[in-house]
Amino acid sequence: MSTASAAPTPVKPLLVVRNLSKSFAGVRALQGVDLEVLPGEVHCVLGQNGAGKSTLIKALSGVHQPDGGEIRWEGEPVDLASPTAALDLGIATMYQELDVVDGLNVTENIFLGHENARGGVLRVRDARQETRSLLQRLGHQELSPGTEVGSLSAAGKQIVSLARALSRNARLIIMDEPSAILDSGEVANLFRVIRQLTAQGIAIVYISHRLEEIDQIGSRITVIKDGRSTASSLPVKSVSRGDLVRLMTGRETTNVYPPREPVPAEAPVLLQVQDLGLAGSFQDISFSVRAGEILGLAGLVGSGRSEILETIYGARKASTGSVSVQGRQLRPGSVRAATNAGMGLSPEERKSQGLLLEEPIYKNATLSTFARFARRGLLNERAEKQAAREQATALHLTPADPDRPARTLSGGNQQKVLLARWLIHGTRILLLDEPTRGVDVGAKAEIYSLIRNLAAQGVAIVVVSSEIEEVIGLADRVLVLDAGRTLALRDATAIDEHGVLDLVLKGNAS
Amino acid sequence: MSENNTTTLEPPPSGEDAPAEARRGGWRRMLGGSGARSLGLVIALALLVAVGAATSGSQFMSVNNMLTILSYGSILGVICIGMTFVITAGGIDLSVGSVMGLTTVVATLTSVQLAAQNSSWLLMVLVALAVGALAGLVNGTIIAYGNVVAFIATLAMLVAARGLAELISGRRTQIVTDRDFLAVLRSNVLGVPLLIWIFAVVAAVGWFLLNRTTFGRRTVAIGGNLEAARLAGIKVKRHIVWLYILSGLTAGIAGIMMMARTTAGTSTHGLYYELDAIAAVVVGGTLLVGGRGTIVGTVLGVLLFSTLTNVFTQNNLDTSVQAVTKGAIIVLAVLLQQRFAVRGTRRKGAL
Repeated sequence: MSTASAAPTPVKPLLVVRNLSKSFAGVRALQGVDLEVLPGEVHCVLGQNGAGKSTLIKALSGVHQPDGGEIRWEGEPVDLASPTAALDLGIATMYQELDVVDGLNVTENIFLGHENARGGVLRVRDARQETRSLLQRLGHQELSPGTEVGSLSAAGKQIVSLARALSRNARLIIMDEPSAILDSGEVANLFRVIRQLTAQGIAIVYISHRLEEIDQIGSRITVIKDGRSTASSLPVKSVSRGDLVRLMTGRETTNVYPPREPVPAEAPVLLQVQDLGLAGSFQDISFSVRAGEILGLAGLVGSGRSEILETIYGARKASTGSVSVQGRQLRPGSVRAATNAGMGLSPEERKSQGLLLEEPIYKNATLSTFARFARRGLLNERAEKQAAREQATALHLTPADPDRPARTLSGGNQQKVLLARWLIHGTRILLLDEPTRGVDVGAKAEIYSLIRNLAAQGVAIVVVSSEIEEVIGLADRVLVLDAGRTLALRDATAIDEHGVLDLVLKGNAS
Repeated sequence: MSENNTTTLEPPPSGEDAPAEARRGGWRRMLGGSGARSLGLVIALALLVAVGAATSGSQFMSVNNMLTILSYGSILGVICIGMTFVITAGGIDLSVGSVMGLTTVVATLTSVQLAAQNSSWLLMVLVALAVGALAGLVNGTIIAYGNVVAFIATLAMLVAARGLAELISGRRTQIVTDRDFLAVLRSNVLGVPLLIWIFAVVAAVGWFLLNRTTFGRRTVAIGGNLEAARLAGIKVKRHIVWLYILSGLTAGIAGIMMMARTTAGTSTHGLYYELDAIAAVVVGGTLLVGGRGTIVGTVLGVLLFSTLTNVFTQNNLDTSVQAVTKGAIIVLAVLLQQRFAVRGTRRKGAL
């Protein structure tokens, strides 16, 4: 299944991308992407998290400048030096985090940055009139031009974003996972709008990892994996779902995951989660984790993975169900109750949720325990540093200098500081949210073996990652989630990446 | 992307730098962990003293004048210590001036003074402290548990406390009649007015509390990253309440000092003190966004402003000129700090 090139087409392509590459600080995000978009087609770009989809979008919308390769627009080589340059050509982008301003109304949002004005005075009536005709083109005349955008649903905001693209005379609209924030009825409506647009000759680049949507809406497919297009411009009808999954995931399984020791049968259950639910996020989540066991939560963005961890930890207050540690039920919504029971969380966003970046390593490592080292409120910094130094050595944190500010550490070492925090705390239940995000490949393997070692010492671990492969490689058992519901709970050896994706896709279809 | 950047920031091991760092650590820690910034303030203060000496000579440099400068700054200084804690934790307390006014009014009520005469002058002190702490408790509770932005909550208290003080006093100045109160608080200890000693003690306790105790560590952690502090199991809300109580307490202490100096309680005491306090704290090097606070810097900031006032008074200059100069100094000091801060960051990164 190597790169398949498209048959010559009678229609002149609108956009042609050849061998595009882009690196960030030595990391190659894109290394050879080909893409060809025809007028009036829906061209799907598929790829896993981290495959390079976002970088490709940003290169096409003028946010990032590629290092190599070429971009042709209607046959002419172009330089997309800025977002404005891309917009002027006719390339508009609808980002996942919709770039609408909540406090402005529909008209104001649509004409944001290219206001209809004469001599600095806004021509409100003309703008409203034009807004009405744009909304009509999108089949959404029920939206009033004067409505404040903040009061609209995500779907409504998307329509505003599309109307803005049309107002800029866009001929190619890039949609970054537009369905991720919509429910199924809204998705159907979005597809209707897309068909309306393509009928008017507008090309759509549709980014997604939901295969069943692509069957419904897509004309052709380009698959990206590890920054390369593994298949370019395949007609949707010609490829099977199985082929696509293989194209997306088919990396050779390198042996970065440490071997699992079987969890002893007599190991006690440390963490018991019963019918846990959080209104609007997830429901009926039940599982237990034994000492020495690693449980993985697998699912796509929006599956409720992180919310489940944060609710177990008490950082969010559960609306139903309970969390028990060694049979004792925890007070819901209390982080303190969780940490006192021996639980620790390494949060998803290390920098904004985990670390005091300006403070030295040791203060970060003892953030949960400095009061324990203190006597009658007096800090014992010497003891804190000693404990931090011991953990730094044990975790191979480099440099093991406890006075160094956390900000100066690499992603992997920052992760180790958080692990050190909970090891000093004496945690028996460790909740790890994206433990290897922003960690380079070499350090990843090290983090994996650290996690495995902790389990071997009897710590119960729950791990969440957006890389399904990582969850399966690391965990003993895997809980597959979609849209806040449990789809399956399997032994990690009994399921693979394809299996998880398959479950999620079936779950979505139902 | 930023993640990638940090990967490249991996600093090289620093063998020979470590001992020098440790040697320097001693005095730098004395200056609240921001030696370079405090050093800038010391230089500015020295320059100002030189100007004072050059323009008014021996009169400026006399011991008496030095004590005048110190006692002028001591009341605001006490308020600034509480403010340093609040700002270090990422908050702000706009109500300190009017809370201070309120404490003087309540403590000089006829009933309170009568009761004090029948028992002890300490009763007036206790009443002032209690009023300050109560105002802080209200501020803190509204901010922490009502999730109201500190700026708004304390702005409301600023208005309300001033109004309450006017209501209670009927806008009349209430004279302090308790002789013991005045005798003790207006006394000199070792030739230095007691008010200066109070400021010194409050500053010393504040320094210790911020740098050496779990209370201080929590304060810095909350200001540095509130979410991280919460997820680490720190009781963030409760601590925030304590911080505003602390700020209210220092306003109460300042109120006691004000009553001693002016021998009166009135609703106009402490007008605009909140602005002077914030200015002194920020000029001192405490970050307005939180996460870094320095008591030494705050004390220097207070001294800088009171010396400035003194130099102007000595030279019979207009107070309006003084205000303009103050404004210029605030901007200059903060600009300088930013340069120092950037340099400090680079240096640390390069080690």
